[in-house]
This record gives sequence, C-alpha cells and structure tokens, in this order.
Amino acid sequence: MAKFRKEGGKKLPAIGTSSLPDIIFMLLFFFMATASKKEVSYRVDLSLPQATELTKLEKKSLVNYVYIGVPKINERKNNGVSSRIQLDDMFAKSSKEVAGYIERKKLAMPEKDREKMIVALKVDKDTKMGIVTDVKQELRNVRALKINYTAYQRKGKN
Amino acid sequence: MARKREVQEINASSMADISFLLLIFFLVATSMSTDQGLSRKLPEPIDPKNVQEDVEINKRNVMQILINSKDMLMVNGEVMQVSKLREKAKEFIANPNNSESLPVKKPVDIPLLGTQSITKDHVISLQNDRGTSYQAYLDVQNELVAAYSELREELSREKFQGKSYMDLDSAEQKAVQTYYPQRISEAEPKNYGQNQEGGQ
Repeated sequence: MAKFRKEGGKKLPAIGTSSLPDIIFMLLFFFMATASKKEVSYRVDLSLPQATELTKLEKKSLVNYVYIGVPKINERKNNGVSSRIQLDDMFAKSSKEVAGYIERKKLAMPEKDREKMIVALKVDKDTKMGIVTDVKQELRNVRALKINYTAYQRKGKN
Repeated sequence: MARKREVQEINASSMADISFLLLIFFLVATSMSTDQGLSRKLPEPIDPKNVQEDVEINKRNVMQILINSKDMLMVNGEVMQVSKLREKAKEFIANPNNSESLPVKKPVDIPLLGTQSITKDHVISLQNDRGTSYQAYLDVQNELVAAYSELREELSREKFQGKSYMDLDSAEQKAVQTYYPQRISEAEPKNYGQNQEGGQ
C-alpha cells in the first residue's frame, strides 16, 4: 500500500528573493544603456506626413531637429495661429535664426562628426511650403546639407 | 577598554525597491522609437562672387514638375495625378526605348558594368509654390525617390545575379548609382523671381 502523505508535513520552502535586486539592476542597466532622452516637448502641433521611401535615423547624436507647425492651443495666445519654427524649446522669431542655431549645434559636436550632421525637419503636414523653403535656404547657407524630412511609414500599397 | 562590537550587516531588502524605482523612471523616460524620414541632400550654397552662368540644357533632358498652391501637379505642361508620377519618372530617367523626346543617352564607362549608354544629363526640376502643402510636396519627393530606387533595384537584380541593391557592396552600389544618378533639382525660389523680372 502506498503511504499517505501526512497533512501539513512538508511545507514548500520560501523562494529566495535575495537575487531580485541583481535581476532588477540588470534590467536597469539595460534600459540606462539604451535610453535616449526625448528631444524636447513640442510646442507646435505636429502630425507628420506619410511617405514610403523612408530611412531610419540611426545615430541620434548626429541629428538636430527643427520643428515647424502651428503653435499648440495653449501657446496660441502668445505666439499666434500661423506656422512657427521651434528650435529646442523656443520659438524662433524668423527663419533667419535657424542658421545661427544650426551653427551653434555644429560647433558643439566633436570635429569629426560635423560633416555627418543631419538636420531632421519635423514639419506638420498642413504647413505651407513657403516657411519650409525659407528654412531650407538657411540650412544651405550654413552648409547643413544633409536633411531628413521626418515622416510616418505609409500603410497599404507598397 | 574598547569592547569589540560586531558590525551590523546593512539591511539590503530595500535595495530591490530602490532599483525598481530607478527602473521605472528609465522605462518612462526612454523613447525607444527611432525617427524615420525621407533623406535628401540640399545643393551647395551659391557663391555670390562667382555666379555660374546658366548651363544650356537641352529641353528633352528636363522633366519639369510644378506644384501649385492647390497641390495640383503639372509635369512638362500636362496636369497629372501623383499616382502616375512614378511611372512617368522611371520612363524619363531610363529612356528604355531611346525615344527622341526623352533624355539623350550617352555612352559612359562604369567600373564593374562596362560601357553603358545612360541618360547622364537628365534633370528633374521640381518647383513648388509657397502655398503648396508640405504633404503634397513630400508626396512628389517620395515618388521621385521611389522611381530611382526601383530602377536601381531592377538594375541590381539584372547585373548582379539577382542580388538586391541593399545587399550589394559599396563598390557595386556606387556603380549602380553612376548608372542612375539622382538628379533632382529644386528651383531657387529667390533667384527664380529675379530671373523672371530680368526677362532673359
């Protein structure tokens, strides 16, 4: 005859939690290493256009951003309702400020990376081309020639 | 007399909580998504000291694309839908039938590919109104880039044993690029106005 187990005889040993901090630390380091901080908080409404021929912006350290769009609702009182240029977290007064801004950013980069600098234009899809053209002219003048029109991948065909 | 006292062990049970807190902070602050977009290269700035004279370009070598402020498209004087632009551009760039109205083909010596006759002088001239919407502009740019990359892909499959353009090594990619050089020119908005006034 099989022996019956005594009730309450063997208790499961408590699971050791002493390795928990180590595991969490490992996760922590992983996220610290892969973290790239959010660039800035947008002060303009951005709904990006769609396109199909996209390339990824791999190295964030090489990328500088220029945002163009209509100021967000709570910013409109002070900044108007027409399209504006946002550099870092400030509104530019005119497109002329872009040149100086990009030059400053370029000088802040290590020398060997300066030629590889990319300017990503994050532009709302309903913006008129006039202001975008002005910005592009400014970028040309400071020889920031590599640009990237940030867009979403278009779903569906292709 | 100093009494020997055992050093108490530090209680490490809160360590997990602290590191959890840090972990959650980094989880929230991280933006994992990488931006993607249409990469383009702007032309060199014009040197005001030595203004290049306008190069005479044969009319058949130019594909002129105009976008007006209503986001309508005109290609070489014809109104066109954006969806048709890709095919039109491919035909223009490659000129497969050696047509009289499409760009002139000239023999060029390309490493790895030998002497090929290509339309090396073709220019796609893109001009938009200041009132054109950004989405419309980007649609056109996108179609043009797509036309080039499709042609390059086809050439790569034909010449390099069915390999995709992306899988070629840099020398081979260079050869394909020489075969189909990207020549998209965007009109100078300022100079364009001046030229109009000058009435050349």
